[in-house]
Amino acid sequence: MPTRQRALLILLTLCLLAVGSFGMALMAGSLRVPPGEVLGALFGQGQDSAEIVLQLRLPRAIAAFACGGLLALAGALMQVLLRNPLADPYVLGISGGAGVGAMFALMLGLPLLAVDSLAFAGALGAMFIVFGLAHGDGSWTQTRLLLTGVIVAAGCGALVALMLAIADENRLRGMLFWLMGDLGQSTQWWPALLALGVGLALATPFARELNLLARGQMQAQALGVAVGRLRWVIYLLASLATAASVTTAGSIGFVGLVVPHLVRLAAGNDQRLLLPASALAGGSLLVLADTAARTIIAPQQLPVGVLTALIGVPVFLFLLSRQPK
Amino acid sequence: MNPPLIETRALRVSIGERTVIDRLDFSLAVGERLAILGRNGAGKSTLLSTLAGLRQPAGGAVLLDGEDAHLMPPREIALRRAWLGQFHNDPFGSTVLETVLTGRHPHLGRWDWETPNDARLSRSALAAVGLDGMEKRQIHTLSGGERQRLAIATLLVQAAPLYLLDEPLSHLDLNHQMAVLELFAATARDCGAGVIMVLHDPALAHRFCDRALLIQGDCQTQCGTVDEILTATRLSELYGYQLRQIDDAGRRCFIPE
Repeated sequence: MPTRQRALLILLTLCLLAVGSFGMALMAGSLRVPPGEVLGALFGQGQDSAEIVLQLRLPRAIAAFACGGLLALAGALMQVLLRNPLADPYVLGISGGAGVGAMFALMLGLPLLAVDSLAFAGALGAMFIVFGLAHGDGSWTQTRLLLTGVIVAAGCGALVALMLAIADENRLRGMLFWLMGDLGQSTQWWPALLALGVGLALATPFARELNLLARGQMQAQALGVAVGRLRWVIYLLASLATAASVTTAGSIGFVGLVVPHLVRLAAGNDQRLLLPASALAGGSLLVLADTAARTIIAPQQLPVGVLTALIGVPVFLFLLSRQPK
Repeated sequence: MNPPLIETRALRVSIGERTVIDRLDFSLAVGERLAILGRNGAGKSTLLSTLAGLRQPAGGAVLLDGEDAHLMPPREIALRRAWLGQFHNDPFGSTVLETVLTGRHPHLGRWDWETPNDARLSRSALAAVGLDGMEKRQIHTLSGGERQRLAIATLLVQAAPLYLLDEPLSHLDLNHQMAVLELFAATARDCGAGVIMVLHDPALAHRFCDRALLIQGDCQTQCGTVDEILTATRLSELYGYQLRQIDDAGRRCFIPE
């Protein structure tokens, strides 16, 4: 268990990492902008490159940071809620629901705003279906919640596959990019950033109670945690965080699963540190991954979900293989 | 006069549709120790978690310090009783010291971090159960008996006046069984704590408790002093197996025929 000072030190380091990742994102691209010009642009001394930095790269980097932070936060919360280290933000079918909404809009060729709205509606729909079904008999056990979520996710997956099969050829590429996660299509960065701020502010006060919940429901309740209410709050928070991220950037994989584990490995499993640290690390990771996605084979762009998964799979396998100490 | 640490009024406990305990009235005063005995599935653990306020009673009420446990916030309950469960599973890694420190949770405010004083209390609780020097160990590497003693240490730092122990001796070897029972006997004697424990060994229950509660599982219960309740006749009937009783210098042992 880290002391408060050590926790603050780790968070400060991660803040520096985040700043560094933003620096990379603002400099790199088909037009390389030197650091001096980036700073100049940020502080309002307009040069030629200022427009690229402020209009194109900065909003995209903020969106990436917010989505990465949201996913890592949601992943950390889901892992505690389900007491399952293999849980991720998508395990309860929220991205599946969003996927159904977004695919429907893309299949019909609706405008971007409609894609976002339908994706968000789909995410909320999946969230309420899972909650309603899992809560049915009042028991609301982890196993029941997990099974219901997995089944709803499978159903959504089938619907998505169905729509991909019947969709028009020239719309397929956009649909696939959405499914793999792509920040190039995000229209607004502020809803995700706002959601990240609100999510962190609401989750942090419960952090020590989450430490206890991770050790078992009865155990937590015996030590004075209002378990029923806490699980409600966490489920809603994690779901809304996931929905906000998926709506902004599609279902980007592995950030939500791997980042909490990386932080756990480096700094321990105290949620008071884990939640903000995961948000910062997840945000930075996604900013870097997105920068790589749009520069590796520029001017062509890769879906960022492919990169996070390509980085995430070996890291996660490595973590799993060294788990039993 | 102080109200009893815990009191039940016409308590009814059900498991699913089946009522296992009905109209149970008893109370436990400061420094008293009560053993709960019964067959598997008779409802001992369910009764204990109901007493701990972790389950809603099917009828009647549980009073902690004279107040209805069902109406109290969980944190308030956690300051009045400590509950030891039967099962511990730990999906996430954690050190021994971190685990003991969780017992301090009800004493800390929302934004508080554990203080050096909490760490000191935790270390002495670990020493009390013979786990000193193991603070940095991962809980996954502990044996079943060590994990059980760690759970007991966590209970001790919670420092509640009432201990509800569900099979506190499980996984423990003989010397640690005796050490744990001595520990709670001393806590009851010196600190005035109340102890209610589910036990399977009537001889140990006779030696380490003042009173015993037999649970038949069909709404029948018997409660009284250990001398009166823990007899070969009653226990043979309770377990459905013939027992012979041997008295020796104030202690009792029971031999299966």
